Amino acid sequence: MKSCKIIVVLMAGLALSWGLFLSTAAAKPIKIGVLGPMSFTQGEGHWNGATMAAEEVNAAGGIQVGKEKREIELVKVDTNEFLSIPDATNAVEMAVSRHKVDFLVGGFRTEAVLVMQDIAMESKTVFIGCGAAHPQLCTRVLDDYDTYKYWFRLTPINSSYLGKVDFILLGTAGAIIKKELGVEKVKVAIVAEKAAWADPIVAAAQKIIPEKMGMEVAGVWRPSPVATDCSAELSAIQRAGAHIVFTTFSSSVGLTFAKQMGELKVPAAPVGINVESQKSGFWEATNGAGNYVLTINTYNPVKISEFTIPFVEDYRKRYGEMPNYTAGTHDAIKILQVAIEKAGTINSDEVVKMLEATDLNTAAGRVVFDKSHDVTWGPNYVTALGTQWRDGEMKCVWPYNWEGVTYEGSVPYKLPPWMVEYWKNK
Amino acid sequence: MLVDMLIDGLIKGSVYALLAIGFSLVLGVARIINIAHTALYMTSAYMIYVGTKLLGLPAILCMLVAIALTILLGLLVYNFFIRPIQEHEAAMLISTIAVGMMLQEVFLMIFGGHYLGVEPLVRGYTTILGVKVTNQHLLALGLALIVLVSVRLFLMKTRTGLAIRSTANDREVANLMGMNVTGVAFVTMAVSVGLASIAGAIVAPLVTVEPTMWMHPLIMMLAIVVLGGLGSIEGSFVGAYILGFAESLVVFMVPMGSFLKDSVALTIMILVLLVRPEGLFGVSFEEER
Repeated sequence: MKSCKIIVVLMAGLALSWGLFLSTAAAKPIKIGVLGPMSFTQGEGHWNGATMAAEEVNAAGGIQVGKEKREIELVKVDTNEFLSIPDATNAVEMAVSRHKVDFLVGGFRTEAVLVMQDIAMESKTVFIGCGAAHPQLCTRVLDDYDTYKYWFRLTPINSSYLGKVDFILLGTAGAIIKKELGVEKVKVAIVAEKAAWADPIVAAAQKIIPEKMGMEVAGVWRPSPVATDCSAELSAIQRAGAHIVFTTFSSSVGLTFAKQMGELKVPAAPVGINVESQKSGFWEATNGAGNYVLTINTYNPVKISEFTIPFVEDYRKRYGEMPNYTAGTHDAIKILQVAIEKAGTINSDEVVKMLEATDLNTAAGRVVFDKSHDVTWGPNYVTALGTQWRDGEMKCVWPYNWEGVTYEGSVPYKLPPWMVEYWKNK
Repeated sequence: MLVDMLIDGLIKGSVYALLAIGFSLVLGVARIINIAHTALYMTSAYMIYVGTKLLGLPAILCMLVAIALTILLGLLVYNFFIRPIQEHEAAMLISTIAVGMMLQEVFLMIFGGHYLGVEPLVRGYTTILGVKVTNQHLLALGLALIVLVSVRLFLMKTRTGLAIRSTANDREVANLMGMNVTGVAFVTMAVSVGLASIAGAIVAPLVTVEPTMWMHPLIMMLAIVVLGGLGSIEGSFVGAYILGFAESLVVFMVPMGSFLKDSVALTIMILVLLVRPEGLFGVSFEEER
């Protein structure tokens, strides 16, 4: 009788542990590694965007993988890529081999992402890039599909498209100057930080501005990306009589330049790429001197899709600032969710097939990947935005009546008033 | 264009002079090559940011407190990281590099890699001979000149100044004559760090406050000190203006190459080391003061 009782207890114990095992197995989360320089704004954007998406998905029970719901577990991977590319390499190695992440999102500096991409592809881990713009990241997919098919780029739009938007913004400002100020030949000062990514933009600008846009190049200035004083450059630009300062900045010099340009009330319109001015902190960091700076951007509380305003407002409420483009990890995770649910598995090859078929509205626009796994750019797809600082607020000024696209909430571009006053009195 | 260059060079040169003179002073008197000098300048700028932006205190008060606290920090650095190894020049060099890096990492940890700004004390700009100059730049120029004149008077007219100059002239003889060389070194360190922190306070509203903001001034300062002559205060003063004007010259004459500003300073430094290692006013490395 006693042995019978022991058998019953043992069987009950076994059943209980099996049940526990099953429930644990069912609850096994999907691990997503979030790559970024976590001590810097870009890394914070990566992490914040991913966190918001993971929380939203988990609150709804998780990702449906076949018959089971699996929650998302984020792994914070500090790549420190601003300061060290080897650090980035080690971080991704650790994410893949030690943390055994199922997917990767993020990355920022092209030089670092190229290396990270190789490590991810070696382990056949799907990697959605949200930070680096170099076209080579995607041409690799065309050149060697079998190796690089696990890579997709979501944000920003690649540097060729960035160039297109850049010149559209320049043309828009030029046309307004001609019309409002009665200037016959608009003069453009090209100011780009001395960095490899800016070189093709400078070369293109020197050719396109006089030949195709009917404007004049007032000069080219190439300050160091970390220059702490641009007053000499600004003085020279004023001497050159420029109406527009066509900027190409991704580093701290963008802040210095905008701040000093505003303080000196240089009678020219700053237009182009200024990554620092995409951040909410820009206004405070320039003490308001960054007024009227126009830059290419990704997010703004305008209705790009039905998801944009809720995402931007939630982000702003939660983190006290606007999402920068690296917060595209939010969209990346939502896209992954759809692809996994359609595939019914987290197997990389199956998920890749579903990602290739993506046609989804996200906070940054309608995402459709092209053959090189790059996000498609253009009207009715992802367009990027042009945003202008106006008295402490970042306004969306482009697309505005462009190729039939105007996002609800956008406003027309406005010239700095001191510039209008200067040229009208001249 | 000449006026642009003159005004720009004058402003830059004055700020560099503040940094380089402090560095030269402590090098001449105590033979301390304090690489952390510009990291202390950065510390002062961060303290002003915390005081004005985060705590909402008046800017002048923040500047005074920042200068005092930075001097205190500088003396602690001297006592714990420099004095125990002062006789070993290489060790001291490494130690001060480490202190600079440590401060950079501390600020990176606390504030992240964010680019921060401090509000100017005065807003607006003034047009001088057709050149627009912000009032904050003019204030910085004025303050820098006042501080430079004050340092000059302190060194020339006070007993402590005499002691500093004597020690700088010949440390061993000063020691043999019964002077408290260590005490003089302490005072000199305080004056040196004080100048760095004043430079930080003056410059903070003009630049972007971030954890690597100490690197560019460090390069410029080393180039100035080599050009002027190691440990020579007059040399640092003259060298600072030469490099300030050289920077402006590059921007105005080579606009496509305005990123070459730093390279010009380094090239001047290397040429001076090769052609005239003692610099404009200093003594050669080998020669004992």
